[in-house]
Amino acid sequence: MDDEPAVTVPFPDAWTRRHLLDLESLSAEEITILLDTAQQLKDATDNCRRKLNLLAGKTCANLFFENSTRTRNSFSLAAKRLGADTVEFSSAGSSVAKGETFIDTAKTIEAMGVDWVVTRHSTPGTPHLLSRELRCSVLNAGDGPHEHPTQGLLDMLTIRQHGKPFADLTVALVGDIAHSRTARSNIWGLKKLGAHVIICGPATLVSPRWEELGFEVAHRLDDILPRCDVLNLLRVQFERQVDRPFPSIHEYAALYAMTGERMARSKSDILIMAPGPINRGVEITPEVADGPHSVILEQVTNGIAVRMAALWLLSGAAERDRGADA
Amino acid sequence: MTSLLIENGRLVDPSQSLDRVARVLVTGGRVAAIDPGDGDLPAQVQRLDASGKILAPGLVDLSTELREPGRDEDETIASGSHAALAGGYTSILCSSNTHPPIDSPGAVEFVRQKAAKAHAARIYVTGCVSKQRRGEEMAELGLLVEAGAVAFSDSPAPLANNALLKRALDYCRMFDRPIFDRPQVPELAGRGVMHEGRESLVLGLNGLPTEAEDLAVARDVRLAEATGGRLHVGPVSTMGSIDLIRRVKSRGIQVTASVCPHNLSMSDEKLRSFDARFKVHPPLRSVRHVEALRAAVADGTIDSIQTGHMPRALEKKMDDLDVAPFGMTSLETALAAVVTAMVRSNVMDWSTLIQRMSTAPAKIAGIEGGSLAVGAVADMILIDPEQRWRVDETAFRSRCSSTPLAGCELHSRVTHVIVGGEIRYRSEAE
Repeated sequence: MDDEPAVTVPFPDAWTRRHLLDLESLSAEEITILLDTAQQLKDATDNCRRKLNLLAGKTCANLFFENSTRTRNSFSLAAKRLGADTVEFSSAGSSVAKGETFIDTAKTIEAMGVDWVVTRHSTPGTPHLLSRELRCSVLNAGDGPHEHPTQGLLDMLTIRQHGKPFADLTVALVGDIAHSRTARSNIWGLKKLGAHVIICGPATLVSPRWEELGFEVAHRLDDILPRCDVLNLLRVQFERQVDRPFPSIHEYAALYAMTGERMARSKSDILIMAPGPINRGVEITPEVADGPHSVILEQVTNGIAVRMAALWLLSGAAERDRGADA
Repeated sequence: MTSLLIENGRLVDPSQSLDRVARVLVTGGRVAAIDPGDGDLPAQVQRLDASGKILAPGLVDLSTELREPGRDEDETIASGSHAALAGGYTSILCSSNTHPPIDSPGAVEFVRQKAAKAHAARIYVTGCVSKQRRGEEMAELGLLVEAGAVAFSDSPAPLANNALLKRALDYCRMFDRPIFDRPQVPELAGRGVMHEGRESLVLGLNGLPTEAEDLAVARDVRLAEATGGRLHVGPVSTMGSIDLIRRVKSRGIQVTASVCPHNLSMSDEKLRSFDARFKVHPPLRSVRHVEALRAAVADGTIDSIQTGHMPRALEKKMDDLDVAPFGMTSLETALAAVVTAMVRSNVMDWSTLIQRMSTAPAKIAGIEGGSLAVGAVADMILIDPEQRWRVDETAFRSRCSSTPLAGCELHSRVTHVIVGGEIRYRSEAE
């Protein structure tokens, strides 16, 4: 390893976790470590384009039980940028289709010698179950409507890059909160770092119980718009809805779509975010998605940065554990 | 048959309002005398010392899933009836949800023969309300009664069809047999896996709203009133159900209800583990429902406690919360779970507990048991109220090892079980 370039990223002592399962259970300090590390790695890799051999010789398994292209590729790229190998596994055509439980599938993949399992599944809690069954690190890449921690982190990193401290920010999550793992990860992450979080959407998709948990709930975007520093426009998840929770897409767009007209009534420095894939004309119009306030593509780049940070931190903690055992 | 004399035990028999040290003489499978004089004892008598123990009528369960035929990887008639004994149950009503379901006299006969062979707890048969448990047409209820069925239920499927329930309640009046409904409106329950509330919101899991139960109970009690049929709703798990039941009882309408032990001892935050052991029916509710249920059991609004024994093989439970089935093993933990949740905390005394778990369910089912009055069938148990034990999933007689109580410390343990005057179970410590 002598011929490697000197690594300028020091491993933070306060980081001890071997798994990244959700943001709800992380402390503000841990979230800040993840964001700081992501920023350092982003800078050290020339905006996630250059390779750093921090994790050479290690292997990352993508174990996706639900379809994904962007998150899967983002994790793969993050692993490769840090010099790790990747192995891809998808449920279609695999042994899951033959009746194997997801736990047995994951154990099989682990036995092939992997250091991280990145998993996506339609049921909440599946990464948590895996973390108790596997010895390698588990990263949650989305567990049903529960959490998608790296998405929450990349959203927060994007917000942070635009300068204002979280404590001074009002962030609205708009749309299908009920079915959104992105919403839940943002909700906890932003709350822990001190932002004011507004949860906004149709009453059938935004439970009043969020107020019991200390969040502002709104059902009309127009009422909250002038106060918002950041809007995170969530996709309507038609595929998860059992019954249609609103009368029509037309009505949804009229009430919640971010349009040029609504931009005119927003703060002049508002940030427009969307986790994607975006439905143009449903939650966002093209002029907003492609406009000067949109940071949607920055989010994508930051996705690689936070995933590099997560892989590196989990790996470091696992190595330290192994060292302690030896 | 020799006689049996149980001495020095604390006799708790709510059917006679007894709670005192007494000795009980059993002859010919029935209670012959309470506190007989030495001169009244037969020449040949087996003595059992019950010092420090509670002597009570054997427990009665209104709804035990035995899974045989068709799902014997979960439980069999033999394993379930032996598990019942170990938990202090001398009589159980087996559920109709076997494969094929118990909707014909032949199916009733099958259970009765297997039960006789097992020679453990008494097994009574619950027949289906509807043909093939499909919830559409009424099954041959009269022929099922003739074959020996003592009650009717499609549980765990709810009787969702209003017309079917009304017709069955009406029809059953001529047999004086009860209908059990598991109250749940399917379209409101949807794909729920846990109590709908703050926890389900945070965890992103599909919820089972309380109103899915409340609406079904409201419908049930109204149809019971309209028909005069014997209706038992259970298990119930919500404050709304309690409220409805309390109101109709105050108006003199004949409805009974039951709860499950897990709903008296645990709440929904257990699901934070995402462990399918906590995916049970009824779902673990929030703390205020748990507290309301405890109070309703103590004050008699809820008549009885049923085990909620829904055994499912380990391989089925070792999955995620959407895929794993509802269910748990309960026969061997029910009594101790209720004692731990309610008697230890002085919410309920021993006499009331025996009433809710033995006397009341026997009366609801219209079967013998639930009393140790002279002449009653000698189905009785001895309980060591001081014994503490840890729930060990590997030590059950049930084929199912999955329980939300795994690893919990519970108070009190059954030491002897006597069925028809015969000691059929002794705990290992005895």
